[in-house]
Amino acid sequence: MTYVEKGTKVQIRQRGGELVSLKVDWNIKENVLLVRISGELDHHEAEKFKNDWQNLLSKVDVQHVVLNLGDLSFMDSSGLGVILGRYKEIKQMDGEMIVCSISPAVKRLFELSGLFKIIRLEESETHALIRLGVAS
Amino acid sequence: MKNSMELSFSSISANESFARVTIAAFVAQLDPTMDELTEIKTVVSEAVTNAIIHGYNNDQNQQIYMSCYIDDNKVELTIEDHGIGIENIDEAIQPLYTSKPELERSGMGFTIMDNFMDNVEIESVLGEGTKVSLIKYFNKSKSLCN
Repeated sequence: MTYVEKGTKVQIRQRGGELVSLKVDWNIKENVLLVRISGELDHHEAEKFKNDWQNLLSKVDVQHVVLNLGDLSFMDSSGLGVILGRYKEIKQMDGEMIVCSISPAVKRLFELSGLFKIIRLEESETHALIRLGVAS
Repeated sequence: MKNSMELSFSSISANESFARVTIAAFVAQLDPTMDELTEIKTVVSEAVTNAIIHGYNNDQNQQIYMSCYIDDNKVELTIEDHGIGIENIDEAIQPLYTSKPELERSGMGFTIMDNFMDNVEIESVLGEGTKVSLIKYFNKSKSLCN
């Protein structure tokens, strides 16, 4: 991966010619990392997503995360695992994670696993950013 | 209408999406709702992921066997591995239980299968493998309208 200037967009579509079904768009707004994911988040995609996330967080100075799932067409329990893992890391740094724009199918998985009890949900990215004090 | 398919594929994670897309294509003849399609795709993804991570311990040189039988609106799906087997099934099906917490597993796989399907059966023999048999009745909401 190559980054990172604040406010720039980095998109990852491919690795080594292999078809990638998860697309991640990383943005930084003030002290918030805004992560928009689209496509399919399963076990196959989860590890790369986790590594990219940890790699980026080691290089930039942000406190909170907004995770936009609006364009996610498929997710399974591996996705829950990777989101919960990142939530724990953010929490350890006294940050907050807000998930937004969630589809009914993904919402069902969150409800089954009880993840809503710990991770805050907002209906849109704008609401999530306002909640974290970022002027949009 | 009766129809059936059987398939085997390598235990590599890229085949998780292959397996769920294949099942979605096969059950398309039942004219499923979007919810039903999402449910069966998610369940296939869970079972195949379990076979890869747990059954085969991420050994990519093994085979996973998937079969699907359609009998009118009843769909019987099996996903089988010849891996290490499950030592304690009661423990494995508990929500949030995982034998591999270091891999960030959520422990929700069997709970999701149970919620999204009408029947789930797990047969496992240590050292021989695991077979998950799942049954789902499609178009339930439509038949209620008749």
